[in-house]
Amino acid sequence: MSEQQRVNHQTQLSRSASLGRLALIGGVMFSGALAFAYAGGWLSPARLTPERMVAALGARGGNPLGHRRNHSKGVCFTGVFHASGAVSRLSVASMLASGDYPVVGRFAIAVGDPDASDLMGRVKSMAIQISAPDGQEWRSGMNNSPVFVVSNPRDFYQLTLAQHVDPATGKSDPEAVKSFFATHPQSASFAQWAKSAAWTASWVDQDYNSLNAFRFIDSGGNSHFVRWSMKATVPPTPAPQDALAKMGADFLERDLRSRRLQGSPTWHLVVTVAASEDPSNDATKVWPAGREEIDAGTLAVLGVEPEADGPCRDINYDPTILPTGITVSDDPLLAARSAAYARSFDLRTAESKDYPHSGEFGDAR
Amino acid sequence: MTVYRASFSPLQKGLHWLMAIMVIAMLFIGVTMVSTVSPRFLTLIAIHKPLGIAILALALLRLGVRSWRGAPPLPSDLPSTQVIAARLSHLLLYALLIAMPLIGWGMLSAGGYPITLFGSWHLPAILRQNAETYAVLRTAHMLLAYVFFATILLHIAAALFHALIRRDGVFRAMVSREGTKS
Repeated sequence: MSEQQRVNHQTQLSRSASLGRLALIGGVMFSGALAFAYAGGWLSPARLTPERMVAALGARGGNPLGHRRNHSKGVCFTGVFHASGAVSRLSVASMLASGDYPVVGRFAIAVGDPDASDLMGRVKSMAIQISAPDGQEWRSGMNNSPVFVVSNPRDFYQLTLAQHVDPATGKSDPEAVKSFFATHPQSASFAQWAKSAAWTASWVDQDYNSLNAFRFIDSGGNSHFVRWSMKATVPPTPAPQDALAKMGADFLERDLRSRRLQGSPTWHLVVTVAASEDPSNDATKVWPAGREEIDAGTLAVLGVEPEADGPCRDINYDPTILPTGITVSDDPLLAARSAAYARSFDLRTAESKDYPHSGEFGDAR
Repeated sequence: MTVYRASFSPLQKGLHWLMAIMVIAMLFIGVTMVSTVSPRFLTLIAIHKPLGIAILALALLRLGVRSWRGAPPLPSDLPSTQVIAARLSHLLLYALLIAMPLIGWGMLSAGGYPITLFGSWHLPAILRQNAETYAVLRTAHMLLAYVFFATILLHIAAALFHALIRRDGVFRAMVSREGTKS
């Protein structure tokens, strides 16, 4: 800048020039605020946000305040994962190397009402958090169905809306869910399983499947698409619905405790490696039989605790919380699960007065 | 009205503009990521955490540089209300630069989340796992983000006011290549 310009040489701005510049400043402010509002979704009523997704999940009957908005009814377990080391050639994840790793997990049923009867538990789930000595964690949430009901979050939202329970009547519209399945051929495999698979009175005799694909990263930096399953070590004991209806509302937890008294319920963690043509991003598709399967180790359940004061209560079993050596695939459901679970966690951690810990008001269970 | 005045040092200017970009990016990343269920969610979170820690590190550095170097004086004819507004808003901005990443770090700690930055780099928890603490910090992080954005908009408005209307050298102090001699 020249000496000339630096020395006192201010011309007065004309009134219109001043106003024009003020208007420019106003325009910059307005544009900034508008851009921020757009980014945050405030200008997009059609955007599927975690808030909308979780609000719909929480509107399926009962009072979910304080609880997870899906898989709302569950029980905690603690245990150990005995890794065989057999999968280490595919992944450098520390808890896949041969050894024993502590597990904090949760069994649940896929309902939105924490007080639902276990009779509603068509889909049962197992969530696990495996901890490695270096502080890394592997969290996974798996269901007993062989496929997921939809391949993408928008369809999941539509199905959830179809399950809406009118708070005045306590009832949902059965035609809404039927109509969803009639218009979503992708969901046919799941519907077939839901209709024909045997019901049992136990969590222990079920397999739990990752449904989403993940990538295992080996020591050479190569990635392999995999899915995994917790395979039951006891055969299923089919029970007809009218028998289950006589067992009360909480037969699953009772069964888990009684089996635990007889010995640790166990599962094998079996990793299935995708062939190159198997879809990594569509949880409604099974991978054909004959794919390479490797037994990564054994999960043993050692303790069972009710959720209210249990170690699983304040864990968010986000399946994208993974150690080095495991990453997400391009399955669009994974990001949606992470986003929705975060929202559900945000809600329920602020609602502890709606779901007190047992000690708080002097009640013991 | 005299317009010749000192400017911030080149390091201070560099930190200011670099961090301006980083913080505005963070605010947009934050508000976008909590309103999407698309794969963008994972990408944005993966950027948000290390970027937040980088801002914390730079903010502490900048605080040190500011206490060593000081700042050019405001114009002597600036009305006292504007002087007070300037000082308070800058104090608020410094406070938010440091508080926001710490709240984020504390929030993840209280939520029992591993605090991964990238690859296998992770930070230790700075708070014990506690759901109620998480809930308070989570709300604070969101509300202070809105305060941060509003303060930045006002800061930009004031900067432009100095640059385009008052034309008193205040804006130039943060952009010109002149030395710090006053």
